[in-house]
Amino acid sequence: MITWQSVEVVFGTARVLGPISIHVSDGEWVGLIGPNGSGKSTLLRTALGLVEHSGTVSFSNGGGNSGTAAAWMPQRPRLPEAMGVADYVMLGRTPHIGYLGAESRRDVARVDDAMTTLAINELAHRPLSTLSGGEAQRTVLARALAQESRVLLLDEPTASLDIGHAIDVLEVVDRLRHDEGLTVITAVHDLTLAGRFADRLILLGDGVVHADGQVRDVLTEENLSAHYGTGVRVVHDDAGPVVIPSRSKR
Amino acid sequence: MTRAKPARLGPGAVAIGVLAMLGSALLGILVGSAGLGVGDVVLALLDGLPFVELNHGLTDIELSVLYEIRLPRVALGAIVGAVLAGAGAAYQGVFRNPLADPYLLGVAAGAGLGATVAFAWLGDGDLVPILAFVGGLGSVALTYMLGRSVGGRSVTSLILAGVAVAAFATAVQTFVLQRNVETLREVYSWILGRLTTVGWNEVLGLLPYAVVSLAVIFASRRLLDVLSLGDEEALALGVTVSRVRAVVVIAATLATAAAVAASGLIGFVGIIVPHTVRLLFGWSYRIIVPLSILFGAAFLMTADIAARTLVAPAELPIGVVTAFLGAPFFVLVLRTMRGPE
Repeated sequence: MITWQSVEVVFGTARVLGPISIHVSDGEWVGLIGPNGSGKSTLLRTALGLVEHSGTVSFSNGGGNSGTAAAWMPQRPRLPEAMGVADYVMLGRTPHIGYLGAESRRDVARVDDAMTTLAINELAHRPLSTLSGGEAQRTVLARALAQESRVLLLDEPTASLDIGHAIDVLEVVDRLRHDEGLTVITAVHDLTLAGRFADRLILLGDGVVHADGQVRDVLTEENLSAHYGTGVRVVHDDAGPVVIPSRSKR
Repeated sequence: MTRAKPARLGPGAVAIGVLAMLGSALLGILVGSAGLGVGDVVLALLDGLPFVELNHGLTDIELSVLYEIRLPRVALGAIVGAVLAGAGAAYQGVFRNPLADPYLLGVAAGAGLGATVAFAWLGDGDLVPILAFVGGLGSVALTYMLGRSVGGRSVTSLILAGVAVAAFATAVQTFVLQRNVETLREVYSWILGRLTTVGWNEVLGLLPYAVVSLAVIFASRRLLDVLSLGDEEALALGVTVSRVRAVVVIAATLATAAAVAASGLIGFVGIIVPHTVRLLFGWSYRIIVPLSILFGAAFLMTADIAARTLVAPAELPIGVVTAFLGAPFFVLVLRTMRGPE
């Protein structure tokens, strides 16, 4: 469980987020949608203590930003080029290792598990600079899984992936959510994809919540055209809403 | 299945480092105007150990040359080299900047200013170590505060602040020197770096700072790898970045200031050694920190042999030897850098 209570972020005189109050239950998958600059990333970063904010963000397990409460997959992760994949995933174990400590056998086992889950075992000793976009994305997600946090905060986890790899990665996340009861919050640009995986969507615009609820209630032409402009149509298939671009008539 | 074995320091690499260190130490002890035989020296050193009685062919005078002149000088070179290289590796890790070293952060310039003030205004050579220490620590504190006030957590603003502080300290130092030209010679001999010793005084004065600081840096080596992900990702992994950075910077600066106070300004060791280690043995600070300490000691002892022999019977300042090697190396590093991260 994670709760944002009257959270507000102000840079100088500009309010970039809030006031926002959101409650996400255990095991829920929430998709954050909204145009560029609407505050999706900032909202995730408040939960990690990375931006100064008023109000509170609390986790049910009491953790703040200790690294065990939530695992974060940043939008643009920094990948030190010479570092190997296994070493990188091992950095996810940092919150479990003391200042003077070293990796235990358990840490090595968790890293192996995470790499197996994402099918990157063969890459274990490859330098990060040699990975393709999809391999890098799965490696970063493996690091987040190795952290063993109950909450996954994924900022554009499919940004550099083709549609097939994007679905693969999100299926892995969904399986973990069901198997291990993780709570997942993702910021996703692809609205249809967001709707296919999330239980619930939150539409942000100019830093505040404009719609919050079931996928079919949020992904409406009315909501989307108000925030993304007019060139958007929504049709429905068996699995729910499909968002398609349609150029406005001239 | 490929197991996730972390990057570790191999025993082979450590053995090479230890051998390089012992080899250059032995060479450093043997080279000098009073010729000492290698067999006699080894026997005499072993004889010096408790419970060991060996016959060596050294006279009492040769023994005191060995114990009061050669050994302290070699030991000082080893400690100063280990400290400068270890501190360089620490600065590079903590600021994620391959060119970070005591010079870039203003430590050396501040220490130089302190020493100049001691020579020129106070006319007291004994105050040099203390004022160098104060100047070095003061400069890093100033650099840190300036960097924070201008650019928050940005690494670039910190380095730029260091350049500004160094330029200012150097300007003040030049001003002081111009007003006191009679002390120029003394100040310059210190600025160029020297490993002159009076018995074991310098070694014993530096040793506690070196041991404590290098121990702190060594203990932080795993966290330096986490910092390579950037401040935000390290924070999200539960690392208190500002505290780790402060602890490591204070340790590195303390050791550097103590080394500068003991031996003057010896440049480039903090860049040459960690970079060579990184190229040869790997990217991880678990490897770079311990090996930089070993190879730093070996490097400076070897450089000192060159300083003592190249223009014998005169001596080159050791800072000139390291700069001679270091300046081209610096350019090489710049050329191989793949642009700003």
